[in-house]
Amino acid sequence: MSLLDEMNQKASALGIPLSAHLDITWRCNERCVHCYLDHDLKGEMSTEEIKGVLKQLANTGTFFLSISGGEPLLRRDCFEILEYARSLRFNVKLKTNAVMIGPKEAQRLKDLGIEQIQISVYSHRPEIHDAITKLPGSLKRTLDAIRRMTAIGLKVSITNVLMKHNVTDGRHVQKLAKELGVSFVIDPTITPMLNGDRSILSLGLSGKELEEVFRTEELVGNVGEYCAPSTAPDEDDLDGHSCSAGHTLAYISPFGDVYPCVQFPMPCGNLRTQTFHDIWYGSSALNELRSVTLRDLPTCSSCNHVASCSRCPGLAYMEGNMRGPSTADCEKSYARTGVPSANMLLKKSLPPMHNLVQISMPA
Amino acid sequence: MPFADKYVAKATTIASRLLGEETIIMSTLDSTLFSLNPTGSVIWENADGQTLLSRIVDEKVCTEFDITPEQARADAEEFVGQLAEHGILVVSDQPILQ
Repeated sequence: MSLLDEMNQKASALGIPLSAHLDITWRCNERCVHCYLDHDLKGEMSTEEIKGVLKQLANTGTFFLSISGGEPLLRRDCFEILEYARSLRFNVKLKTNAVMIGPKEAQRLKDLGIEQIQISVYSHRPEIHDAITKLPGSLKRTLDAIRRMTAIGLKVSITNVLMKHNVTDGRHVQKLAKELGVSFVIDPTITPMLNGDRSILSLGLSGKELEEVFRTEELVGNVGEYCAPSTAPDEDDLDGHSCSAGHTLAYISPFGDVYPCVQFPMPCGNLRTQTFHDIWYGSSALNELRSVTLRDLPTCSSCNHVASCSRCPGLAYMEGNMRGPSTADCEKSYARTGVPSANMLLKKSLPPMHNLVQISMPA
Repeated sequence: MPFADKYVAKATTIASRLLGEETIIMSTLDSTLFSLNPTGSVIWENADGQTLLSRIVDEKVCTEFDITPEQARADAEEFVGQLAEHGILVVSDQPILQ
């Protein structure tokens, strides 16, 4: 077990939120077609409120801190917040589109000891990337900033979110990342908007397209191993949890709302009226989430994929039940292995849609 | 001159947090991860740049742990040497302002 795994295990046992994701704004200078945020909401926390939150997170044991948005650099106090976070000795990652990072900003990030800059690059083709961000010239500005940052030794990671617009571009972005000397992550998941609007899910890849992605050796490595059917779960698997959300990970919105994860909009409390400590340890919603093991999931516990599924409880929550399946993950497991999930089999066994009701009229 | 007669301070190029009784440290320069045991954590927490290592050992380590002063000083010397070698602890003859 690696030292990092040991840390996570210990944090989980002690109930410590080792990682926190803090969005300091939802405003953005891009309008990505698949974005799940409402950019026009008002009432962001002030600089002092955010500093207070950071102090509370440090006191509760948070070590890994992701500062994100929206575009965090749209806040004039972004560097003041980053500097304060570093003074509290957080390991800080910054999620940004980088279009506002010039030479001065890059050097400041380097001097502050920011661990990693995480940037979404949707395509190697400007016409595709810019069509997704709806900001003309954005790919060039982002790539210029990446070169600027790597030149002075900043660590950069590119995430390539795959959707219908750019389904064939993953390998090319991966090659671009290699040329730039940065790490590369591919993400084929489109999530509903946090306000519940699910219309953007139509931008996601079809089952056939997912299959092709999962069988691309350059992207997944050993295809045979990656796409192998899951092995049966053991007792330890069934006693485990789906992910770290609410266990060692917390999400905080620009308005002080606390959720288990940015993809899990279950209200747990608000930092304008409660302390982080009280929310983290006292929220009935969080405590209920923590009590759920894979064994407790009515459909997924009997699924072939339960031990290896990337089931997101937040996406399940947005479908109506955090103990239920996450359809997007069922589709991914099926596309990867060709084995239908328990949820898919259950849906197939339901009566056909034309027999929704039977009416017997009196004679 | 041994480290005991020097001032020690946490480098600014690190991230760190107390996790239970242990301390996790990551170098922002090369992402190397360190874990300090409870004794090392006491030295780390008190490495403020204003206190001599010998005083940290005598007043904090020896009072909190069942260890002889000689052994504690020897362990602290080795500990500080290791962390300084990795650049996560700064050692100086003079108090360190940060």
